[in-house]
Amino acid sequence: MKGERRFFRRLLTLHLPLLLVLAFALGPYVWSILTAITPENERDLKGVSYFPDHPTLVNFQRLFGAINFLSNMRDSFIVSASTMIVGIGITVTAAYAFSRFRFRLRGVLLVQFLAINMFPVVLLLIPLFMIARVTGLMDRYAVLVIAYSTFTIPFSVWMMTGFFNAIPRELDEAAVIDGCTRFSAMWRVIIPVARPGIAATAIYVFITAWNEFLYAVMLTSRHVRTIPVALQNMIGEYKIEWGLLNAGGVVSALPVLVLFFFVQRQLIRGMTAGAVKG
Amino acid sequence: MRISRARTDILPYVLLSPAVVATLLVVFVPIVQAASYSLMSFILWKPRARGFVFLANYRAMLSDPVFWISLKNSLVWIVGVVILQLLLGLGTALLLNREFAWRGLARALILIPWVTPSVLTALMWRWMYDGNAGVINDLLVRVGILKEYFPFLANGKTALGAIMVALMWQGFPFFAIMILAGLQAIPLELYEAAEVDGAGPGRKFFRVTLPLLVPVLFTAILLRIIWVANSLDIIFIMTEGGPGYSTYTLPLYSYLKAYRGMDFGYGSTLAVTITILLAAVVAFYVARTLKSGDQL
Repeated sequence: MKGERRFFRRLLTLHLPLLLVLAFALGPYVWSILTAITPENERDLKGVSYFPDHPTLVNFQRLFGAINFLSNMRDSFIVSASTMIVGIGITVTAAYAFSRFRFRLRGVLLVQFLAINMFPVVLLLIPLFMIARVTGLMDRYAVLVIAYSTFTIPFSVWMMTGFFNAIPRELDEAAVIDGCTRFSAMWRVIIPVARPGIAATAIYVFITAWNEFLYAVMLTSRHVRTIPVALQNMIGEYKIEWGLLNAGGVVSALPVLVLFFFVQRQLIRGMTAGAVKG
Repeated sequence: MRISRARTDILPYVLLSPAVVATLLVVFVPIVQAASYSLMSFILWKPRARGFVFLANYRAMLSDPVFWISLKNSLVWIVGVVILQLLLGLGTALLLNREFAWRGLARALILIPWVTPSVLTALMWRWMYDGNAGVINDLLVRVGILKEYFPFLANGKTALGAIMVALMWQGFPFFAIMILAGLQAIPLELYEAAEVDGAGPGRKFFRVTLPLLVPVLFTAILLRIIWVANSLDIIFIMTEGGPGYSTYTLPLYSYLKAYRGMDFGYGSTLAVTITILLAAVVAFYVARTLKSGDQL
């Protein structure tokens, strides 16, 4: 009897409310997928239908056939992967320096990296547009890699400094005693140990680049068209093909969600560390 | 550890130089440019009329009714979204902090909205709000809250609120995870002590949990204010500011000036103004983070 009451109490105060939150969190995706597999004429006929009478993959076929979504995916991949490699490559040594050395300008530089992450996109967008025009980088992959580094560099520095801080200094000292230079101690010992944290940071950078829209729509047009811009372009002037649009949306979110699940634990540890101690 | 002094003195600067040089070039040079554009008459397709007008743009801004509408909407937007995200995030965190079998799964699934691209968030919600075949309308009619379909995004009274719900969806997992980390850092002994003193669940929440959570909540709120204040892509895709100016926020106004009107002078003026208005919040956050001494 007592066990049964306990079970119902937990059901009402824990499982049901949580299921409601989950329904809210996942509902839009469920609806998106249902929309993508519903034939367009069925929707015109019936309005809202919770499950299609004749589920179809025609939207996905059109997405990869006529619309050429694959080339958008390729553009997105090139931009995101380059942003990730450039961003991490530039910042990994900086994060190590912040974590391991105490030097005169340390405080100022650290504050600088924290603060620039918070500038509004619109502040940098206009000047970057002019720079891209003057240098002839407009509508190329490079311009997005440059634009995205305005937020990926400060983010990566800050995240990876935290991950390096979690590695005991004795490891550096032992490496130096064993005859490493300070630089090779970093390169051969500390960076390999920090690899999970670096990977999580890198994947987060990849995801933010993959999802970015405002810079992309302003700085690229014909030659480079990333997925978010392509999706927005599918919104027609008078009729929106919701089935196609939702198919594209689900397909574009999939890689990001998969990547995210691999690193979520590590990433959350890094992001919440500062806040909890504060 | 004592290694030759001279080398350790320059090594950190060498290690930092790529990141510092890169930020100088892609962030600081553009900021100086933006500041100077904000003092110029600068419309991209009118090259002849380009020139310094000093504070004329700022003066024009103060007498621009759209600026004031956007400012007001921005405040409603920031306060509304942050409160919505905070409440739902706090509730979710309290649930996730309990022990149960599918906790890991639930925590992972809750995060999905947070990694969803803004464009997709905006499209999904725009579709769900649709006035002809939107699922939200259908559900509300079925439950009896609405008599007939209502065009949430096409009505000036409801559009901003409707978009705020979409941003709440995208952002609440962040609060949930931050608060959850804070909850897990509260020592269990405190609850045990409260129980010994005869405290019920309500008392435990208000006397133990909430006070100890304040620093985490504070940091999370500051971060969210900055993020929500700057986020404009969802509004841009859902309504482009309409109907009328009912969903114009300051960043959106600035973006539309630059993107649609190619008015880089006035667009920069608005952007610089946003930056100055947000500077206080940013300074507050930076000071807090430095004081916590985590990275320092």
